[in-house]
Amino acid sequence: MAWEYVAEGVAGALTLVVNGNRELFDIALRSVKVSGIAAMLAAMIGIPIGVALGLSGFRGKALIKSMFNAMLGIPTVVMGLILYLFLAPAGPLGFLGLIYTEMGISFGQMLLILPIVVSFTASSIESVEEELKDLMLTLGANRVQAMLKTVEEAFSGIVLSVIAAFNRAIAELGIALMVGGNIFVRGGELNTRVLTTSIQMYVARGEIEFAIALGTVLLAIVFAVTALSNYLQRRWVSE
Amino acid sequence: MIALNEISKTYGNVSALKRVNLEIHSGEIFAIIGNSGAGKTTLLKIISMLETDFSGKYMFKGLEARKNPEKVRKQVTMVFQNPVMFRASVFDNVAYGLRIRGVNGRELRERVESILESLGILSLADKNARKLSGGQRQRVAVARALVMDVDVYTLDEPTANLDAENVRIIERAISDMRDDGKTIILATHNLFQAKRLADRTAYIENGEVIEVGETDRLFESPEDERTRRFVEGDHYF
Repeated sequence: MAWEYVAEGVAGALTLVVNGNRELFDIALRSVKVSGIAAMLAAMIGIPIGVALGLSGFRGKALIKSMFNAMLGIPTVVMGLILYLFLAPAGPLGFLGLIYTEMGISFGQMLLILPIVVSFTASSIESVEEELKDLMLTLGANRVQAMLKTVEEAFSGIVLSVIAAFNRAIAELGIALMVGGNIFVRGGELNTRVLTTSIQMYVARGEIEFAIALGTVLLAIVFAVTALSNYLQRRWVSE
Repeated sequence: MIALNEISKTYGNVSALKRVNLEIHSGEIFAIIGNSGAGKTTLLKIISMLETDFSGKYMFKGLEARKNPEKVRKQVTMVFQNPVMFRASVFDNVAYGLRIRGVNGRELRERVESILESLGILSLADKNARKLSGGQRQRVAVARALVMDVDVYTLDEPTANLDAENVRIIERAISDMRDDGKTIILATHNLFQAKRLADRTAYIENGEVIEVGETDRLFESPEDERTRRFVEGDHYF
């Protein structure tokens, strides 16, 4: 009996996936879009910070790196709560109008994954061998040219950091739920329902087939991105 | 051409170089011999201005090197003991220095291919430089320096751990460089190599230059007891 319940759920979910259920794929596409924008924003802000941290040797650098490292493990639900307090209409950033919008989720996820991009980028830059940096200088590079070449040498690590950040963003629930609100109006333009919030909602409603189908799609996206990351890593390591 | 006056360098409490005084003349092969950890690499890095934090005075062609590190680096290229490679093909590794000097197109290709051919590695031009054997990588490292056509080359143990064939090719390249009027400063613990190649030699021990002289004279009749022990091979035991 117990297994029948699971089997029926999985069978129903597979039917939804195979039949290309419209709502299912709308939600999946929105998830990819929202977390993709978050990863892009985190890359635009985090890569320059990570590069600067990795290349410089100023006093207090270790402290800043420790701060970013400490933020890697921040619970998404706490982050969601803090963002809600700031972005709610009565909050200090309420005037931005980001609460219950796709852009609001992207902004929140960007803050969540920024430490991943910064920390991993800085580590990638620092892992470029000192002798390689000496080599650039002895071949006549000035400081700026040497920095650019160092970034080029660390490029694979930087790309992998953005991929890891995207995976963290698409799989989180706390921010999407509290900042996005899981809004869905058929045909509406202000929908904020994404994969994680929908799974939570359909389980709560007892619509287990739809929840499993959404979970399957989320896993497929995460596995596909991880596989891409592993492939690139293998390729770059072998280079 | 190169004048080092009372050069000292410390790493924390460790003294790597102690009041080194040396003059290196244009167009000569100058060998620096000594055991591992004697300070040879540190001295080469200072001459190449890859190490700029030292005390004493370093004059390069009448310029105070410490005040003009980039100008010195444009005229001095170092080859490292560990031939590190950029994540790129052999061709792009060798072309890097030329590209940042603004050399491009046909001239770039001709210069790089000519150097690769002279070192017997033209067939490796498109290969991933990080996948080469140790000997091949060292040849790429020498090619990468030679293509720069600078006045001074500092070579740090350029043939360490290489087979006889690679040693022969690299030593021939060093001799050709001297014939082209280049100044070569060669750090080695291989006494035979210093004897084969160098016009003058300095023996360095614990960061201190013990003796400098014509290579034949230094090996045949060293003035200092410590030099004598080193060149007679006592350091191996």
